[in-house]
Amino acid sequence: MTEIVRNTSRKKDFLVEYFRTQMRTDPDMASAVAAIRTLLEFLRRDKGETILGLRESLKWATDCLTEVDSSVAVSSGGELFLRFISLTSLEHQDLSRCKKVMEERGELFLEKISLSRTKVAKLCHTFIKDGAKILTHSSSRVVLRVLEKAAAEKKRFTVYVTESQPDTAGKQMADALRRLNVPVTVVLDAAVGYVLEKVDLVIVGAEGVVESGGIINKIGTYQMAVCSKAHNKPFYVVAESFKFVRLYPLNQQDVPDRFKYKADTLRTVSDLSDEHPMIDYTPPSLITLLFTDLGVLTPSAVSDELIKLYL
Amino acid sequence: MADCGAADGPVKKDDIVRAKNEGKELTKEEKQRLRKEKKHQKKQKDEKRPSERAKEKKPVAPSQPVATQPPTQKAPTVLPASAPIPVPASGAPSHSSPAPSPADKPAKSRAEQKAERRARQDADRASKQQSCFSSSKTKAPPSELNPVVKRLPEHVQVDDPAVVKRLAKKLERQQIPLRSDYGYKVSLFSHLHQYSRKAPLTQQLSIPSTVIHPSIVRLGLQYSQGIVVGSNARSVALLHAFKQVIRDYTTPPNEELARDLVNKLKPYISFLNQCRPLSASMGNAIKYIKKEISNIPSQFKEEEAKTKLQKCIDCYINENVVLAAKAISKYAIKKISDGDVILVYGCSSLVNHILCEAYDKSRKFRVIVVDSRPRLEGREALRRLVQRGISCTYVLISALSYILPEVSKVFLGAHALLANGYVMSRVGTSQIALVARTFNVPVLVCCETYKFCERVQTDSFVSNELDDPDDLMVTRKGKTQLENWHDVSSLGLLNLVYDVTPPDFVDLVITDLGMIPCTSVPVVLRVKNLEQ
Repeated sequence: MTEIVRNTSRKKDFLVEYFRTQMRTDPDMASAVAAIRTLLEFLRRDKGETILGLRESLKWATDCLTEVDSSVAVSSGGELFLRFISLTSLEHQDLSRCKKVMEERGELFLEKISLSRTKVAKLCHTFIKDGAKILTHSSSRVVLRVLEKAAAEKKRFTVYVTESQPDTAGKQMADALRRLNVPVTVVLDAAVGYVLEKVDLVIVGAEGVVESGGIINKIGTYQMAVCSKAHNKPFYVVAESFKFVRLYPLNQQDVPDRFKYKADTLRTVSDLSDEHPMIDYTPPSLITLLFTDLGVLTPSAVSDELIKLYL
Repeated sequence: MADCGAADGPVKKDDIVRAKNEGKELTKEEKQRLRKEKKHQKKQKDEKRPSERAKEKKPVAPSQPVATQPPTQKAPTVLPASAPIPVPASGAPSHSSPAPSPADKPAKSRAEQKAERRARQDADRASKQQSCFSSSKTKAPPSELNPVVKRLPEHVQVDDPAVVKRLAKKLERQQIPLRSDYGYKVSLFSHLHQYSRKAPLTQQLSIPSTVIHPSIVRLGLQYSQGIVVGSNARSVALLHAFKQVIRDYTTPPNEELARDLVNKLKPYISFLNQCRPLSASMGNAIKYIKKEISNIPSQFKEEEAKTKLQKCIDCYINENVVLAAKAISKYAIKKISDGDVILVYGCSSLVNHILCEAYDKSRKFRVIVVDSRPRLEGREALRRLVQRGISCTYVLISALSYILPEVSKVFLGAHALLANGYVMSRVGTSQIALVARTFNVPVLVCCETYKFCERVQTDSFVSNELDDPDDLMVTRKGKTQLENWHDVSSLGLLNLVYDVTPPDFVDLVITDLGMIPCTSVPVVLRVKNLEQ
């Protein structure tokens, strides 16, 4: 019995270590991609005897990773990875051959999603016209890629970034944009309503895209969406397809606690009502369009895509 | 079928009349003869085209494109496609063609008339093919080109006399009595039927007992008197009645079970439609049964086929009603948290089931039941929930905006979900959804997938049901208001049954396939069609 416990804790340590290394080596990589790489490596090393056992251990591995990084994308990425690799016919007699097939599918999946950011950027940059003023929230690598592409197409635009407390991630975004020679201004979170009359469009990233077509993103996004609706400015979301998750929140309270707070907070703090949530939910009625590697979607089409992905 | 000449016409007519009066089921030959006689009479009245009389006696020309030309004079679905229908559809082109028919005297010999007729048909067909797309007549050509022309259902065209006549003829052919409308209809809804519930159906109509199976008669009575209400209850009752029908069915000689049973069901369906317009769930159930029956392989023996059909029906009920309810409860319980105040409207079997299940899984919540006249169905829901031990509050719909600030979620049932995402449900539902939206309270609709229908509707006027207007009369302290509403010529009482809720007011639809937004209904329909 203790052998098994030791084994599992050793496996867990390995997982966590590998995941952290991945995140460190490539800071530009999405956390979900790092998680999927970890899962693939875990699959290669797994010594399970049955397909069902393999699946169970992959699920367990995904749960472990969610404990490290509680973002929505990690859990959705893990689940999609599992579905993608088991989508083929695993009818081979030999377990090792099945495993090989699964590994190949896993690598294919990884390849597809590493290209997803480029695809999104290619779709979205045409919506940025010359002389546009863009508002964005906090730091999103996808939005950064979109703006890079637009700048590479020789478009002139200015960007307003919110500071995004409590971790002031907006400042990192501003630095990255300055390196691209894009004129950028950092504004307070409270100044969103003030600045909206000057901007032409709002682009944000997403940590997760839910079944209703709404998004889960850094806290402050919902506010921005409501203000842009009031000003009749288009509100665009850019997200890769592995962020689609099978949640359906009805309102802010309905988002599960495990996504709202950082993983460390969930572990250490007993009374969550004192903690400040890190994310909020933006309903689909406030979103104009979603740019994903599956194409440009309206919020109502997200459910269609989700059904295709998950069923 | 081609041998009815004018000479034996009157004799056969007497036979038919006698048979009808005795309530015996007309045989197929007699029915066709009856139809021909009627057409004959109609054409005799038509003085412009005396030659049409001759057409009555023509034999079936095998080369005629019979199937494609819809018989414009008779209702489409009645006669079995297998019988050689001497379609006087050639009557249609000559009706629509402006060319004056040559002066055909009945004095011409039979052979000459036949030859003439055939020549004319060939000429018509040739000219039709040439001027296919440029024909100015709207009747025959569109149906010829596009056999998938969707016709409006007859029950929403009550103010169109041609449609009513067509329906009456169809019912007469099937020997179903026609139910007459009652009372003054509000002009905006004059295209719908309005029946009275005062006297039970069997006293109003004479139902030939050999034509309609007694369990169907009973079912029709239960529908018309409001004993069986609710979308699920009605379809399940219908399927059980069909099981009984199948059990008592014997294939007549020289007939195939697959085709004959489907034809036997058609008059039953017309009858049930007369008792109370069919619901969307019933329509889907009937489609399923008809498909199953026609897919019975011909080598099955009768007993085998009947057991298979009964098993199919049981399976359908189990999957789509019982198991679906379990699946929906599983999803819905995820959305019910402790401390919730849930608002429900009327009596939906599915919503009641969900709340009882959630209570059994020890969720702490309380329920507010909203009710409305004249049906007061909320009382039934209240009774069921209180019996379980759930704490409930009861209000009428006029107090809705008063209690909504307390409510955390609204659970609604549905009669049908339309293809454009609109929810068709008991009248008052859209009002609740509208007010809940203004208060930012999430609205959840619970609906099984077998209630999804391909229809598209954006308002509650086009297709609805009018209930007995006398239900609106209320007696208080011995005085009945509106007792003499018939005497007031400018007064109309309107008792609507259904209304449609737009998808913007609905936050979530819980189906047995999962939780979907209201706009994804066509996706589910597509997935289901693929499965079939």
